[in-house]
Amino acid sequence: MAKELGVSPDAVQFRFRDDEMVDHGMVTVDSFVEQSNASAVRIEPGDDARELLPFLDRLALVEVNFPVFGDGRGYSAARILREAGYTGELRAVGEVLVDQIAYMRRCGFDAFAPDSKLNEADVEAAFARFPEVYQKTVDGAAPIWKLRHG
Amino acid sequence: MKILTGNDLKTGAVTWWDGQDWSLHVEDAVDVGDKAEEIMGREESARRVNVPYAIDAELDGNGKVRPAHIKDRVRALGPTVRPDLTLKPTEPEALNWVI
Amino acid sequence: MYKYDQYDQAMVDARVEEFRDQTRRRLDGSLAEEHFRPLRLMNGLYLQLHAYMLRVAVPYGTLNSDQMHALADIAEKYDRGYGHFTTRQNIQYNWIKLEDAPDILADLAKVEMHAIQTSGNCIRNISSDHFAGAAADELVDPRPYAEILRQWSSFHPEFSYLPRKFKICVIASDTDRAAMRLHDIGIQIVKNDAGELGAAFYVGGGMGRTPIIAPCINEFVPLDQLVTYSEACLRVYNRYGRRDNKYKARIKILVHELGKEEYTRQVEEEFAHMLEQGVEPPLAELERIKTYFQDPDFKTGLTDRADRSDPDFALWIDRNCHKHKAPGYVSATISLKPVGGIPGDASVEQMHLMANLAKEYSFDECRVTHAQNIVLPHVEIGRLHELWTKLEEAGLGTPNLDRIDDIIACPGLDYCSLANARSIPVAQKISERFAANGKADELGQLKLKISGCINACGHHHAGHIGILGVDRKGVENYQLLLGGSEAEDTSLGKITGPGFSEDGIVDAVEKAADVYLAHREDGERFLDTYRRIGMDPFKEALYG
Repeated sequence: MAKELGVSPDAVQFRFRDDEMVDHGMVTVDSFVEQSNASAVRIEPGDDARELLPFLDRLALVEVNFPVFGDGRGYSAARILREAGYTGELRAVGEVLVDQIAYMRRCGFDAFAPDSKLNEADVEAAFARFPEVYQKTVDGAAPIWKLRHG
Repeated sequence: MKILTGNDLKTGAVTWWDGQDWSLHVEDAVDVGDKAEEIMGREESARRVNVPYAIDAELDGNGKVRPAHIKDRVRALGPTVRPDLTLKPTEPEALNWVI
Repeated sequence: MYKYDQYDQAMVDARVEEFRDQTRRRLDGSLAEEHFRPLRLMNGLYLQLHAYMLRVAVPYGTLNSDQMHALADIAEKYDRGYGHFTTRQNIQYNWIKLEDAPDILADLAKVEMHAIQTSGNCIRNISSDHFAGAAADELVDPRPYAEILRQWSSFHPEFSYLPRKFKICVIASDTDRAAMRLHDIGIQIVKNDAGELGAAFYVGGGMGRTPIIAPCINEFVPLDQLVTYSEACLRVYNRYGRRDNKYKARIKILVHELGKEEYTRQVEEEFAHMLEQGVEPPLAELERIKTYFQDPDFKTGLTDRADRSDPDFALWIDRNCHKHKAPGYVSATISLKPVGGIPGDASVEQMHLMANLAKEYSFDECRVTHAQNIVLPHVEIGRLHELWTKLEEAGLGTPNLDRIDDIIACPGLDYCSLANARSIPVAQKISERFAANGKADELGQLKLKISGCINACGHHHAGHIGILGVDRKGVENYQLLLGGSEAEDTSLGKITGPGFSEDGIVDAVEKAADVYLAHREDGERFLDTYRRIGMDPFKEALYG
């Protein structure tokens, strides 16, 4: 057995959910699709999140890895899962930085396990920074055009 | 010779390592030998310089430091098309040093 | 032109404070350069050869006089008395201090301007036709569509860490004055057989080291699906654009490698999904934006004739004025290309003057062109002489639009850390050569474009004559290209052969011009003659 996949629950620094944290064995997208009992999966930048769509009802945790912060594929992966109705935990791990975290939240992430712990005051400020949003995404925020026209 | 250059973090001004500090004048640059990485690491973490790098240079006929590549000579003097904005606005022959 | 409402203003103000905080963290050391760099880039702040450089967005190239005055004030207060208008219709300042940057952004926000996403691997400032809302040949004003997309692309959470930068252009006439098909997405507003307006999407064009002309992937996207379709194009790119090699990361490579059909198929599939997500603003939003782009109060019964008794003035009218949709008006171009000058540079005084002239003669509006000039879009023909006299006095009356001395040039090695060779001195020498030999008049329209490196900010691939500066063993060397065009007859120039020295390239351009003069037939431009006779006669003259 290779080294266990995924970050430990202790590494989760910010979590915006009330349910119990899942502590199941995590598998890759490839092995998840092949086996039937896993409920936690880890998405790497090159993985196709849509492969998971037939199995959303048995997923409780999806971890999306950002090996480098500049690789933005994980934003699309997250949004695709939420657009398809996934309601479990969506956790951003890896090089998750203060200045990206609000965008991640808008794409549907609700838990964050940064490689390096973030300054909590900075993160709070980052979430509070922009009063409104221009786009409709999956975070439920009403875009500015909605505010203008109802 | 190897010399070090970078930009001042706050102002962006082009600077050269003179052995003690970062000078605006390439003439002050010193040969760092094989100490480039060590000095750059230390100075960058102290935020006394931004994005430093080591370049090849030589001493010209007058014994003055001259970077090997034209890009660093443009950095050392200023834009050749605006002599008034260079470090030597009153020395038109300075442009020949660049090119 | 567009006015911010409280929402737009609050977003820009928030961005200023965000960048102030990021800058503070950089200066106190809690943010490393590696992590700060993409953040400062997304606020237009580069580290260039001599200092930080700030690129300010001019959305679709449109400015009012207060904004132009503010740009001048920034040049005076924080820079060294000038600014540089770019081929993306923006302005950049070359001598900025990091510690001043947040204050500059705050000054910009006071006049509804910003530097958001003028760099970085995100959706950049959206460009458009510099005669938008004025040209006689346009279907509609393209700017409301550009503004819809500006808002959609600002702070887009999914598309801020794309494989590479992303440039969108919107036009609405068959005549292309904005190099539409050389953008990542080029949009042309068109009318279908039923008389409805829609958007033709050209995706995967660009210049750079692999120039590609964008293919049309959808001839008619209904206007109430414009954002949704754009979102689908971007999502496919964000997911599958190459990230292993930054030189192959632009969308043009993805479209090229997948093939237009397969890329289109993927976009259509994503589009079908996106249509269910409700991401499109209602048409009422488009209507709201359109109200800001109503025609100004054009007078009627104006003269359509100018007094042409002054030959210098007549020449300027013929060369620098463009047909307007309203009788009695023209769009007048202020050339920022005086002989021997630096293409696109304007001093504080010139910017203030242009702002005043925009207010006095052009309904408080001016435009930045991709050719690095300034347009006053709505000028009464009867007042042109008065306007021209003022321009002449300020050295802004050069009558050379689209001629060989109206050169596009990137900042090159004089300013840019990516450049391999200087561009500006070459432009200066060419304009001086053709002023001295008197051939510029005879040559007529001849678009010459110079880039100081393969990234092609100076659009050399799209010049009737293009020049590319390269580094040959530490010495500047210049390749010559012929036959490019950024207009509706888009084509990519071909390299003539071995490169030239700085002086050699000036001679080479003159030789190429002479070949044209010797071979041209009635009414042919340089480009037409080149297309008819091919490269050989030029090669013969250059290397024979």
